[in-house]
Amino acid sequence: MTTLTRRYHFSASHRLDSAALSPAENERLFGKCNHPFGHGHDYVLEVTVAGEPDAVSGLIVPLWRIDNLVADKILRLFHNRYINLDVEQFAHLVPTTENVTQVVADLLRRNWREHMGESTARPARVCVEETGRNSCEICLN
Amino acid sequence: MVITRKAEFSASHVCRIDSLSDAENRKLFGEEANPNGHGHNYILEVSIEGSVDPVTGMVMNLKELKDILDEEIVQPMDHRFLNKEVQPFDTVVPTTANLAQEIWRRLENRLTGSNTTLVRVRIHETQDLYVDVTS
Repeated sequence: MTTLTRRYHFSASHRLDSAALSPAENERLFGKCNHPFGHGHDYVLEVTVAGEPDAVSGLIVPLWRIDNLVADKILRLFHNRYINLDVEQFAHLVPTTENVTQVVADLLRRNWREHMGESTARPARVCVEETGRNSCEICLN
Repeated sequence: MVITRKAEFSASHVCRIDSLSDAENRKLFGEEANPNGHGHNYILEVSIEGSVDPVTGMVMNLKELKDILDEEIVQPMDHRFLNKEVQPFDTVVPTTANLAQEIWRRLENRLTGSNTTLVRVRIHETQDLYVDVTS
């Protein structure tokens, strides 16, 4: 199997705080990630695409197709934003790395076909690095 | 157990299809289609699966692995213009995907033996783009 992985970068702030928990429980659970005014990260997003390279072009998918999809449907929502307030999916969802990864995976899946044109490449994996020390990945196969 | 060895080579390439116009090539490949080519510091990761030899404590002798990567990949490709100097890229577009598959073809027979199996070739063209070929 051949897969191609593209890395993207976005910077965003967030605060981990669950409406289902008391202030003391939130502080205990999320620690400094619960500080009241939020904080930020330089996120790295990896998108992996699976498929065979086209016999003529040698491309699994033209890179601009993935770049446009990610720029329009993901980076535009997240880059230089406060995720809790600016990204509607997080109005009632804690923006942990896990939930950010799930929302990104869902956005990719839902918008894939209209951005891929004639390409048969499939979305295979999404990985979000919140810092260099922690990341979350979802296989999409 | 899987072991991974890295190697690096620097090479130039151009992604163009001769039968297409400049505009079509640019639409398909972006700046990778600039006619005189451009270069990358490619990073290759080769992963081999096998059991640990009870005497040597190794899946495979790393010196032997390094020498095979040198002979098959680094020496033929380092500081070369892939389209002009490395087969089959005189007729095949040297996209990252085609390069990864060619590296797999060159290494598979050398690295898959009675005790070892080539399980992954990963080639990084830039820090933000890599291709995997897996068994």
